[in-house]
Amino acid sequence: MTLLKSQHEAMRQRERAQQWVRHDSAALDVADLPSFAFSHRSVMWWATAGMMAIEGVVFALAVMTYFYLRSHSAAWPMGGRPPDLRWGTLNTLILLASLLPNQWTKRAAEQLDLGKVRIGLLLCLAFGIAFIIVRGFEFTALNCRWDDNAYGSIVWTLLGLHTLHLVTDVLDTGVLSALMLTELPDGRRFVDISENALYWYFVVLTWLPLYAVVYWAPRSV
Amino acid sequence: MSRLSEPAQAALRRDPELTRRNAVPPSAADRAALEATWRDPPGLVGWLSAVNHKAIGLRFIVTAFGFFAAGGLLAALMRVQLARPNSTLIGPDLYNQVFTMHGTTMMFLFAVPVMQAMATYLVPLMLGARSIAFPRMNAFAYWIYLFGGLMLYGAFALNIGPDAGWFAYVPLAGPDYSPGKRVDFWAQMITFTELSGLLSAIILVTTIFKLRAVGMSLNRLPLFAWAMLVTSFMVMFAMPAVMLASTALIMDRLIGTHFYNPGDGGDALLWQHLFWFFGHPEVYFIFIPGLGFMSAIIATFARRPIFGYSAMVLALIATAFLSFGLWVHHMFATNLPELGKGFFTAMSLMIAIPSAVQIFCWIATLWTGRLNLKTPLLFALGFFAILVLGGLTGVMLGMVPLDLQVHDSYFVVAHLHYVLIGGAVFPLLGAVYYWFPKFSGRLMSERLGRWNFWLLFVGFNVAFFPMHLLGMRGMPRRVYTYPSGLGWDTPNLIATIGAVTIALSMLVLLFNLARSLRHGTPAGANPWGAGTLEWATASPPPAANFDALPVVHGREPLWQPWPQPTQVRGLAVRQREVLVTTVLDAQPDHRLVFPEPSIWPFVSALATTVLFIGSIFTPWAVVWGAIPVGIALSLWFWPKPGETERELMLEKSP
Repeated sequence: MTLLKSQHEAMRQRERAQQWVRHDSAALDVADLPSFAFSHRSVMWWATAGMMAIEGVVFALAVMTYFYLRSHSAAWPMGGRPPDLRWGTLNTLILLASLLPNQWTKRAAEQLDLGKVRIGLLLCLAFGIAFIIVRGFEFTALNCRWDDNAYGSIVWTLLGLHTLHLVTDVLDTGVLSALMLTELPDGRRFVDISENALYWYFVVLTWLPLYAVVYWAPRSV
Repeated sequence: MSRLSEPAQAALRRDPELTRRNAVPPSAADRAALEATWRDPPGLVGWLSAVNHKAIGLRFIVTAFGFFAAGGLLAALMRVQLARPNSTLIGPDLYNQVFTMHGTTMMFLFAVPVMQAMATYLVPLMLGARSIAFPRMNAFAYWIYLFGGLMLYGAFALNIGPDAGWFAYVPLAGPDYSPGKRVDFWAQMITFTELSGLLSAIILVTTIFKLRAVGMSLNRLPLFAWAMLVTSFMVMFAMPAVMLASTALIMDRLIGTHFYNPGDGGDALLWQHLFWFFGHPEVYFIFIPGLGFMSAIIATFARRPIFGYSAMVLALIATAFLSFGLWVHHMFATNLPELGKGFFTAMSLMIAIPSAVQIFCWIATLWTGRLNLKTPLLFALGFFAILVLGGLTGVMLGMVPLDLQVHDSYFVVAHLHYVLIGGAVFPLLGAVYYWFPKFSGRLMSERLGRWNFWLLFVGFNVAFFPMHLLGMRGMPRRVYTYPSGLGWDTPNLIATIGAVTIALSMLVLLFNLARSLRHGTPAGANPWGAGTLEWATASPPPAANFDALPVVHGREPLWQPWPQPTQVRGLAVRQREVLVTTVLDAQPDHRLVFPEPSIWPFVSALATTVLFIGSIFTPWAVVWGAIPVGIALSLWFWPKPGETERELMLEKSP
């Protein structure tokens, strides 16, 4: 113990010697920096990017599962018809169209234009709700049940996973709309809106390969 | 200021100090204001609302060690059962639950979370930051993890503990061979822990990329932070696989899907692919933080910077990439094409290269340093002996013919414990001794530390070395007993004696922790004379970590001359304002007000728990359970009265 104490004392002396806190005025002043920032400068962007990476992996693995199961089956779809194209294609068009108000809202947020942001968010919300309604019809036109066979299981899972993301982002948009309509926002809320729009891009862009898999893969030889 | 409402302007006129910013050197008033601003609130509700990364980090660490103790007791139970042949202490059904709980606990509730827990506490301090990124989400991740672990042990106490192995292979884990709810609890435990782990990964990546001290460019990042950065990226790409796999499993069991049911077009090997696509990287995201601990400890106790910093970083990244190409070596005993297995053998051998690079760099560091042989360094040295042995058997198991010979035998049990205990637990315990003074303000006893180390080192080898021989003599894993006369009796008895020794070493550790907490020598800010920023602040650190944020000019700021500017001036002290820096060079980018403590992360975690547990019993829980979750998350997000106004007082548009 005495050894420990003497070494400890030696370390304390060294610690005092290497006083890192310099009590002079050589300071870096950050008071004039902005208090929020958009895109990859913001921490929210990194969280959104992280979510997109994780969920992108989930989608990729689910698509791989689809083709893995298909490679193990003589017939695909397993003893049934492929999903009807009508609702899925309509929804793809709605989704692509929704990119316009989405980008408009994103830009309005980055210009801190509260009036435009309010309109834009409501427009995005309307598109999202329309999409969810048509998604309901999509489920009725899959021509299989999840418990028929492995084909049905993976098709329902793919569509279900995407719907989960869709509903999440629409709810997020709803909460943001309520906030922007009722409260005086600070700058960080505009960043949230910009990131919410980025996430919608993810929801749209992941749908395109999923649409190809769910609707066209069973039609290809 | 123009957007500030009339009442807010009046408040500001009454108390101009509301926008007070820190000076350099920080004044006593700055310090007091920072402490009041960043402290977690008092009382029970305050405790449940805590968001400070040090409070959450400590709870995380203590909880993870609690599960470590529980998993260790289960292991001891198994060793007692196996000490003699034909033992009837534990029946086969309970034994199945015990080894499943042991593996599940150690992998999902201890090894992965404890690394993220240590990082939650340490990384912001190492980076010179006021806080971890997304402090509320961090609290949520902790609560989710705690509730998931408690659910699993609750189920075990009610005799519905999982019993199909920690990797829950189908068809055994499927609805036909595992009726009842046992495997469902296992699958939901995965959902809890992986949700928590994924959120932690996002939090750590954002913290490391955006909240570093000014001047801490990526090539000055401490190696432990590098290790956690690499680990977090691996988590983001590996954990989704097991979440998808376990969700498919629970759907097969509960709503009649057929992912793993060959009778209706499913495939049992699909489970193994998805599980090991996660499971092998998982080994490395347990191991890589251990490497980070090693680099921190070795630099400090060799009293010189780590040799080959760039090589170390590249080796970490190479290990991460290669670890995604190994999963099939867990499946050599399946009917996959032999040519394909050759690829995975090659990858399994190749990953030894970056591991060796790191080991040689550490040896070079130790060789050229002036050693200060304290307990943390002892544990680091123990790592070398044990991990190298485990690594060698790993290279052996990477070969298809040898793997087929010892597959599912005690040889594999020996190998994996050498790798995981040598590669992760030894560095982790070294890290506990190393950073305990920072956590508590007091040093741990060196004498007890040596007892702890030597008992563990000897006990570990006595317990696990004989298992190599048992495996080669044909003893399979996961058997609850064995007949005598197979040459297994003596090695099993020796292994049990080793296990008792390990238990003793853990009691010494517990005693040392409890005693040092009260009677340890006061540590001061930097008891070991270390070079990284967490040692530049008091022990334990103040609520805001640093009175004024440091400006960094080198890799080991405390070992180098400290040119001007030394510190940051101008961050608000009456609000939780942090400095956000650029990703590569850590130049100042913007100020940002962080959220205050909130009860909603806790409530959201409770609501999520109801959803997850409810869905074990009815799929409709996913629907009605989502409603309280949605409400709680919205209230979490909704600003508190006055919060926006206060932010606007400091606001400046980009």
